[in-house]
Amino acid sequence: MQSFDVLVIGGGHAGVEAACAAARMGARTALVSFDLAAIGAMSCNPAIGGLGKGHLVREVDALDGVLGRAADAGAIHYRMLNRSKGSAVWGPRVQADRVRFKAAVQAMVRAQANLTLVQGEAAALVLKGGVVAGLELADGTMFHVKHLVLCTGTFLGGILFRGEERYEGGRIGENAAHRLAQQLRGADLPMARLKTGTPPRLDGRTIDWAVLEEQPSDGEAWTMSPLTPRRINPQVFCAITRTTQAGHDAIRANLHRSPLFSGAIAAAGPRYCPSIEDKIHRFGDREGHQVFLEPEGLDTHMVYPNGISTSLPVDVQEEVVRTMPGCERAVIVQPGYAVEYDHIDPRALTPDLQLRAIPGLYCAGQINGTTGYEEAAAQGLVAGLEAAAAVLGKQAPRFDRANSYIAVMVDDLTLQGVSEPYRMLTARAEYRLRLRANNAATRLTGLGIEAGCIGEERRAWWERREATREMFHVKHSQRVHARELADLGLAVRRDQGEKTLAEWLRYDGVTPEALAPWLGEITALDPLLAEEMAEDAAYAPYLARQDAELRDLRASEALPLPSDFPYAEVPGLSNEMVERLSKAAPGTLAAAGRVPGVTPAALSALLVHARRRLVSGSFAA
Amino acid sequence: MSSAETIFALSSGAPPAGVGVIRVSGPAARAALLALAGRVPEPRRASLARLRDAQGALLDEALVLWFAGPATATGEDLAEFHCHGGRAVVAAVEGALASLRGIRRAEPGEFTRRAFANGRIDLAEAEGLADLLSAETELQRAAALANAGGALSREVEGWRERVLSLSAEVEGVLDFSDEEDSADLPECFTWNIGALAEELAEWLTRPRSERLGEGFRVVLAGPPNAGKSTLFNALVESEAAITSPIAGTTRDVIERAVAISGVPFTFVDTAGLREGEAADSIEAIGIDRARSALARADAVLWLGAEGEGPEGAWEIAAQSDREGYGEKPGARFTLSAMTGEGVAALKTALVEAARAALPKPGEAALNARQHARLAEAAEALQSAQGLADPLLVAEELRRVRLAFDRLVGRATTEDMLDTLFGRFCIGK
Repeated sequence: MQSFDVLVIGGGHAGVEAACAAARMGARTALVSFDLAAIGAMSCNPAIGGLGKGHLVREVDALDGVLGRAADAGAIHYRMLNRSKGSAVWGPRVQADRVRFKAAVQAMVRAQANLTLVQGEAAALVLKGGVVAGLELADGTMFHVKHLVLCTGTFLGGILFRGEERYEGGRIGENAAHRLAQQLRGADLPMARLKTGTPPRLDGRTIDWAVLEEQPSDGEAWTMSPLTPRRINPQVFCAITRTTQAGHDAIRANLHRSPLFSGAIAAAGPRYCPSIEDKIHRFGDREGHQVFLEPEGLDTHMVYPNGISTSLPVDVQEEVVRTMPGCERAVIVQPGYAVEYDHIDPRALTPDLQLRAIPGLYCAGQINGTTGYEEAAAQGLVAGLEAAAAVLGKQAPRFDRANSYIAVMVDDLTLQGVSEPYRMLTARAEYRLRLRANNAATRLTGLGIEAGCIGEERRAWWERREATREMFHVKHSQRVHARELADLGLAVRRDQGEKTLAEWLRYDGVTPEALAPWLGEITALDPLLAEEMAEDAAYAPYLARQDAELRDLRASEALPLPSDFPYAEVPGLSNEMVERLSKAAPGTLAAAGRVPGVTPAALSALLVHARRRLVSGSFAA
Repeated sequence: MSSAETIFALSSGAPPAGVGVIRVSGPAARAALLALAGRVPEPRRASLARLRDAQGALLDEALVLWFAGPATATGEDLAEFHCHGGRAVVAAVEGALASLRGIRRAEPGEFTRRAFANGRIDLAEAEGLADLLSAETELQRAAALANAGGALSREVEGWRERVLSLSAEVEGVLDFSDEEDSADLPECFTWNIGALAEELAEWLTRPRSERLGEGFRVVLAGPPNAGKSTLFNALVESEAAITSPIAGTTRDVIERAVAISGVPFTFVDTAGLREGEAADSIEAIGIDRARSALARADAVLWLGAEGEGPEGAWEIAAQSDREGYGEKPGARFTLSAMTGEGVAALKTALVEAARAALPKPGEAALNARQHARLAEAAEALQSAQGLADPLLVAEELRRVRLAFDRLVGRATTEDMLDTLFGRFCIGK
């Protein structure tokens, strides 16, 4: 019987990152998928990144993950969202050719050392004494497994809805894993249902592009991964159209036929990405909603109309599409649909994404109630790193809310649970000013190197970059008098005396370019790093102010709350507080403070009690 | 939690006293012993040592003790200097300690806080200690806060809601600007921030709740023999005495806390202010204290020559019973403490002034900590008004929310611990 340190079930974005991360850590890893040819498929929109999501892509990439480089390999349109705002909320986003993206993922997965690909249906977990010990495939094959990562997406009880039609299964054309689903149900895990949806796909040859506003790929040179030196593919443009009153009328007339409104789907969908029928229903006064027509690839005519996700019957979908300018003759190649599926209440997970109830079983991706490739990939990375670290006796990188969106997401999920599909937003990150998409490598690659999950190529890149950073530091600490800047025509008052270049960079209008006389040729060595360090300088006063807050946080984090902490025994805690805290099982007092609904008084009581336990415990030991 | 900083404080009563015990806690405690006593004595054994400053000057002959952490009262390395309890000696030893690297004077309650942080006492013990230490005066404060506490929390909750909705608007612009609905902030946005900032500013000008404990501070001042002490006695006599809540009452000025018509007062009789060279050194210290008492006064009753008192002082013509003494045509009150003439009118005026300066009964009042948090929130709101980048506006609004959270104790434990341990006297 074959045996593996870590076995990953599922070849979506979570599964791929989990398997590759575990393998990079040095664990003997297997990835099991129904269909190896489907690994890396983009099941929904052909885009990677965006606001908040772009941060996750860069963070996964900074830890040597697959997503960023695959996105570059498939990218046919680059756009930096929020460019007009502060750089901490810039959202790098690409549209990717599905075929090229998938091919890139598969090439990286196949090239990954320590990783075995297994085609087959995961049928049942093998548990020994309640702990993961192996996996049985549908064909009877058995594997010895130390740790197992479930990245099965919407396969748990997934039902497809399109008008009055119903299909079982996660996506069109794929099977659902029934026995495994039954086994998980039998394990009495806390579960809930969510829904998501997808728009109809259009034949681009039937769209009148000439009448539509074009949105070109931006003209800059940035890529998702610094290991992609330049953009690879020819860039295509998207177009913008709108829904119309006539289309809204058609939707209203057929609302009763939408499973969302007929009562067939009761689960909550994402507020951030509602179906078109939801938008019409909730914002009835709007005359039209923007729709982005996004080409799905260089070698396909398929177009993804972003903004009209729907579960209406096919005839209504056609009617609605044809009321949009430029789409009067558009042909639907594949109709849109909604999916309702089970997910595990992520509060049942520990911060390493392991199920408290089944030691050795990790969960990542949509199964945890999230939506989006980027969210899935980031969780896969965490689960893969943690599972491998646990098997190998290593330490996975320490993520916290002040160093990564990854940690923000995992912390939110495991403490707060979800009431709708969880999507990353920059608003979720309280230390947003330090968590920029463009400083992900600075924040995380060093941690990755320490943990041992960074490959040779990126390590070499990182070391060169750190050397350059040192040179920048030296340059930035030069002291220059205000007069000299003013003489160059910069808008600074002459009486401000001497400051370092880093300090001057905080002033409006003082850019690295403007400081070229002092910085010299160095900016050209690494323009992106130059930009990053200029931003660091600009944000420095805000970051310094956050430092006190972070010290405070760390102090609360130093007080651990074991998962079996007897909340019921804490004097002064109400039953409601006991329930909330027991469900979320926060690992520290700081985490307890982030459990929704926990009151200041409850926290104080908890502090006293936890402290007392800690003290008496240490005396006993 | 081990701390990099080493702290010291006088842990015995205020000098002058028989013995002054100065405690030093932290990693540099050993270095402090070496520097002052020239050696580290055997652990836990008192031994006699000559304390010298950095220049080698003899400071005192004292008992020194050494306790190695973590099995000490604070959980850290600990040194004790039991020196003679004279004011000058204690000041000199403290000065020598303060001049050493990495050693500073302790904040109020810091020794206890370290003991707690290092697991030497638990929070329940610490709280119990705090309650015991301050029970007598807490009664007074609790009465005021029982009224005010709920009111303030409700107020903060209202502000918090408003900031949340402002934050939501900015976050909409930041996270959804590329979607259709929220491209720019509405025009009224900055106005709303300004309105809230003004509201907070108004709160910040209100009297603090500590004032209820301290009372309205009235300082009697004037040249020697101007009748200060007589008036002092006339004012405090027959009034209900209350215990002064202020730690470390100075010895050179006489303070008496009384309630007049239910309003708390502290009357302070200063040493005579005398200009010039005649004053000897002890008198000079007294005069210094008198000056600092004046600086802290809510009202100064000036019994000297007209126009020569501190700015804003109440001109009092005292000793009206004494023939030809101190003509003061512009006096606000003319009275004789001996006969009692005019004293009642003065008291009535003082009560009126005090009522205006102290928190209104039933109205929420801020204590120093709450005041500091609210000031932070107001400052962040002000700064948000001047920013164009919505990202930075959002950061300032986050700071406002954090300040509110800390104000009500929602945020983290540090604030609670600060509050708790801020109630201890130094070095206990």
